[in-house]
Amino acid sequence: MSVTPETAPAPAGGAGGGPLLAVENLRVGFATEDGRVQAVDGVNFTLEPGEVLAIVGESGSGKSVTAQTLIGLTRSPNSHIEGSVRLSGEELTTKSERELQKVRGSKIAMIFQDPMTSMNPVYTVGKQIIEAIRAHDSSVNRRDARGQAVELLGAVGIPDPERRVNDYPHEFSGGMRQRAMIAMGLALEPSVLIADEPTTALDVTIQAQILHLIQDLNRSRGLATILITHDLGVVAEVADRVLVMYGGKVVEQGTLDDIFYDPQHPYTWGLLGSLTRLDQPRPHRLPQISGAPPSLLNLPKGCAFRPRCPHEFGKCSEVPSLAAHLLEDPKHLDRCWLDAEKKRQLRQVEPNRIGLEEPV
Amino acid sequence: MSDLGTTSTAGGPLLEVTDLVKHFPIKSGLLIDREVDQVRAVDGVSFTVNKGETLGLVGESGSGKSTTCRVVLQLLKPTSGSVKFEGQEIAGKSRRDLRPLRREMQMIFQDPYASLNPRKRIGQIVGDQLKIQKIASGKELRTKVEGLLERVGLSPEHYNRFPHEFSGGQRQRIGIARALALGPKLVFCDEPVSALDVSIQAQIVNLLDDLQDEMGLTYVFVAHDIGVVRHISDRIAVMNQGKIVETGDADQVCEHPRDAYTKKLLAAVPIPDPRESRARRERATAG
Repeated sequence: MSVTPETAPAPAGGAGGGPLLAVENLRVGFATEDGRVQAVDGVNFTLEPGEVLAIVGESGSGKSVTAQTLIGLTRSPNSHIEGSVRLSGEELTTKSERELQKVRGSKIAMIFQDPMTSMNPVYTVGKQIIEAIRAHDSSVNRRDARGQAVELLGAVGIPDPERRVNDYPHEFSGGMRQRAMIAMGLALEPSVLIADEPTTALDVTIQAQILHLIQDLNRSRGLATILITHDLGVVAEVADRVLVMYGGKVVEQGTLDDIFYDPQHPYTWGLLGSLTRLDQPRPHRLPQISGAPPSLLNLPKGCAFRPRCPHEFGKCSEVPSLAAHLLEDPKHLDRCWLDAEKKRQLRQVEPNRIGLEEPV
Repeated sequence: MSDLGTTSTAGGPLLEVTDLVKHFPIKSGLLIDREVDQVRAVDGVSFTVNKGETLGLVGESGSGKSTTCRVVLQLLKPTSGSVKFEGQEIAGKSRRDLRPLRREMQMIFQDPYASLNPRKRIGQIVGDQLKIQKIASGKELRTKVEGLLERVGLSPEHYNRFPHEFSGGQRQRIGIARALALGPKLVFCDEPVSALDVSIQAQIVNLLDDLQDEMGLTYVFVAHDIGVVRHISDRIAVMNQGKIVETGDADQVCEHPRDAYTKKLLAAVPIPDPRESRARRERATAG
């Protein structure tokens, strides 16, 4: 693989004071046998250095497709991508595949859910990290690259990295494999890390370690992170801001505290209510969200959450826009027709519990 | 493990497991397989499950929770130990002798994509055991299966469909209907919600709760998610490396854990409350 020298250095912050990463009106559609699937339908967000943005949603909500599109992984003959993704002011959606390869890894890195299948089983862990380093900078010799790999493995908390660098992926445990994936992601010192369900396959004790690792890296390196997850507990531990996605659209967006203490969208209430929390007395029954997430082939007319929402009314047949409804908090956006005051009443299913329930 | 069965409000013991052991041999050698070591998957486990209660079995992967279930159900032969169902010893019984017991004990599996035969229709998946156990056939079988499907929140019209036509949550409902078809007394739920989306998890947990009330079921609920286990269980047993390290009332174990491993496990569970998790982090760095 030929690598040309980088045209622009990756600055820690955005060029010219803009955000590090700006996504504007991103739309991703796929042509399928059964018709067009609009997997992502108008997503906007920005990301600053050192920030952790969580994208929360269930399967089919478009959270992974959004993340994959940022680095061009959804490009294919049947996909249709609109909108803009700018990294330090540089447009990524119009870049050629070859130009994008310089961005992937070196500026935006991605780690995946399953650490078992995201590594090549027939190469040692070290070799895979070395390959990533040398693919982007052929001037680094093998020995230096190996040194870097050892250093990286040490940095992500692999014990005895000098020896473990020669291990094959199957000799690593699940948690160590995920650490090695993170090491690989960090090899080229990217400014953005996309972590797609990085802890879902791991035990809770390992999950806590990995989350702390991501947090440390955020602080020590100013690494901006997009964390994709369905677990609100994980979100509460590490995120600064949250996007809640449903049916390909962002339905609510705000700071961590906004989402947990003043959630505006009934779907967010439902997600919070569905949690089995250890820090609260257990409710007799979980306030569940009825029904199933919609098929993207056949989205309901109007608000996509309408068929599952006990609070729907006439207005819901029109698609609500993502807007600020709280005067005191113009950065807290949601997609719901309900009146803000009414929402505060409706979401309180028990004195100390937010959830989604039929009003009695 | 001193307080087995003390806090339960339910009836007498339905299942008594004493010193259950399952070791898997590790073999090595070119021509002759020599047993060089053993994996002590279940290493002396004892517990009781009372009628009508839910015992939660919690632990990390590799702790031996699933193996315990399989050995209790005699799907795997135990190395040693005793399993008594309604006072009757079942460890070491032959397959034929176990067949009548299969009506009493059933299992719901973790992966709804792998646990349903893709070539069979839903009606067959749920109804075959009724045929095998000679409980129903023909029209009666169909009515019975349709009733079950309705009870678990599916439609009777789903009778002739194939598994691939269903979502994860619906498949898990099919798995539940199958487990309940014979009207069992004891149901082992092995990670029944961990493969599902959050909103669907809550639905399945509520469904299992309702079915228990309605049919007087007894559950052994296995999961790694201690939050879910605490929600559904009356008592919890915590497993680590093939052993039960702590047993007790569900709230008691979660709020006042005594064992060091239980404490470690609980401390690692993320709290979905940003203020609380910030406070916990500060406590951790201060300490």
